[in-house]
Amino acid sequence: MAEPIVQVRNVTKIYKRDTMDIPVLQNISLDVPEGEFLALMGPSGSGKTTLLNLVAGIDRPNNGSITIAGSDISKLNESDLAKWRARHVGFVFQFYNLIPVLTAYENVELPLLLTHLSKAERKQHVEAALSVVGLADRMKHYPKQLSGGQEQRVAIARAIVTDPTIIVADEPTGDLDRKSAEDVLALMEQLNQEFKKTIVMVTHDPQAAEKAHKTRHLDKGELSQN
Amino acid sequence: MKILKLIIKNVFRHKLRTFLTILGVAIAVMAFGLLRTLITSWYAGANAAAPDRLVTRNSVSFIFPLPLSYRDQIARVPGVKSVTYENWFGGVYIDQNHFFARIACDPKTMLAMYPEYVLPPDQLAAFEKERDACIIGQKLADEYHFKIGDIIPITGDIFPGQWQFVVRGIYHGKTPSTEETTMFFQWDYLNEQLLKTSPTRANQVGWYAVQVNDSKDAARVSDAIDALFANSSAETKTETEKAFQAGFISMSSAIITSLQVISYVIIGIIFLVLANTMIMTARERIREYAVLKTLGFTTKHIVGLIFGESLSIAILGGILGILITFPMAAFFAIGMQSFIPMFIVEPETLLLAGTFAIAVGIISAIFPANRAMSMQIVDGLRQVG
Ligand SMILES: Nc1ncnc2c1ncn2[C@@H]1O[C@H](COP(=O)(O)OP(=O)(O)O)[C@@H](O)[C@H]1O
Ligand SMILES: [Mg+2]
Repeated sequence: MAEPIVQVRNVTKIYKRDTMDIPVLQNISLDVPEGEFLALMGPSGSGKTTLLNLVAGIDRPNNGSITIAGSDISKLNESDLAKWRARHVGFVFQFYNLIPVLTAYENVELPLLLTHLSKAERKQHVEAALSVVGLADRMKHYPKQLSGGQEQRVAIARAIVTDPTIIVADEPTGDLDRKSAEDVLALMEQLNQEFKKTIVMVTHDPQAAEKAHKTRHLDKGELSQN
Repeated sequence: MKILKLIIKNVFRHKLRTFLTILGVAIAVMAFGLLRTLITSWYAGANAAAPDRLVTRNSVSFIFPLPLSYRDQIARVPGVKSVTYENWFGGVYIDQNHFFARIACDPKTMLAMYPEYVLPPDQLAAFEKERDACIIGQKLADEYHFKIGDIIPITGDIFPGQWQFVVRGIYHGKTPSTEETTMFFQWDYLNEQLLKTSPTRANQVGWYAVQVNDSKDAARVSDAIDALFANSSAETKTETEKAFQAGFISMSSAIITSLQVISYVIIGIIFLVLANTMIMTARERIREYAVLKTLGFTTKHIVGLIFGESLSIAILGGILGILITFPMAAFFAIGMQSFIPMFIVEPETLLLAGTFAIAVGIISAIFPANRAMSMQIVDGLRQVG
């Protein structure tokens, strides 16, 4: 089998608050093979978000290495890391985090502004991503004109529009009602099955975890095999 | 530049806040413009002074007179082309609020020496013919609706009594910077009255205006005139018209200094208004900045967003402020034309106001931009927004 696309090796993360050290992750290692749909579970405060942020390259470990698709991102400098994120990561947040003054279309277009694509090419990509999430008819809508479930689907469109190497999702259904949550999960499953996307999803919803191929539990800074 | 759209949308996100901030900047820019105009106008008289004209006054003070007999002696000084003389009349028209300058002069020599006052020949003839005739500037005529033939009654203070002057001419300024707000009347009329009422004050002039053949000669001629009357009971001080007016102006230098200070205080206030808005704005958007960074936007983009927004507000406010400066200045000019004959907004003033607005736009963005730069993505995302 090929190299795992995500390789977390002996990672330690300690937050410093004032003079106090808060150890969050201790010597964590994790492999995610390409095409996997992994669910990360664990009690609140166990460090799930922290681990996900490290994998997504928006935070840095105190120790250990994180290699994604062959590159050790813990060695990249700030601006290379930003470029790397733009190219390789699609991020889905619990609270959608759409820019309220931009339409659904403009929100999805945002990551493409960092590429060399022409306006027409961007349009193609944005429309494709919005039809994947079933919101092609809502392009001109502003976030506040959409339901929570629709907002999250726009956020997913924004995460996939650049065709990233991995998709990370931090409790994507945590703020949604049952029905919307199911839609979003179905969509995640479709991205994995149909588009072969590697997905790492933090959740504490067992129904959400069911959709994943694999579930890992994080507790007291340690990862347990499932 | 693809983030331009986001900058524009951000500017109008809180419409009322943005509108109030723009208005605040605009009003401050206008106030700054008006104050600076007041200052530049104050100096405008000195700048308009002719280099070939000197003023000879009593060396003790401007308020002490000189004998009329000096006229011929000054005229004989080599290098002198012509001499005329004037008296500050003072007086009250209606009340103290209706102030304009009233000056007793020798019509023919005065108008010859001051070609910037343009008077039709028939009006000049009429001015010279009647003892109680006067001429007034066009702006003064407009302000008080004086017409030729009108009688202007003045209650004397420096020269007590009830005085009446008949308008026989209305002069125009040759250039826009020539004042048009003075009333000139015949020195002979004043002198004749004084001979009757207080003969000791007769045959005295407030100051002499002396024209030299060559302005390069001004210093030598000044010294020669003053030497002539050294050790007399009325020593003279001769200086260029410009220096004379500058001296006049410096009497009010405390006022000018405070105006200058206030104009910079206003710049400080614009800064506080805009900086406050930008700090509030950036604080509210920390989470969005974190999201943008997550998507791969760099610190440079975020800083661009903040500076772009701050500058947009500053520039919009600056433009609006400059636009409203003109009607306000026109309004002021009418209200104050007797005190400040030339209330003209100089291009330099607008340039200065605009520059300050832009500088304020930049400086206001520094603090929030710095915050956004040092923000860690994970901390920004944790902010509940
Ligand atoms: N930026 C931070 N600064 C300080 N402490 C943090 C920070 N992020 C997370 N923590 C702490 O790390 C621990 C794990 O947080 P998190 O990864 O968000 O847990 P989870 O997502 O599993 O609920 C918590 O105790 C939290 O308070
Ligand atoms: Mg979490």
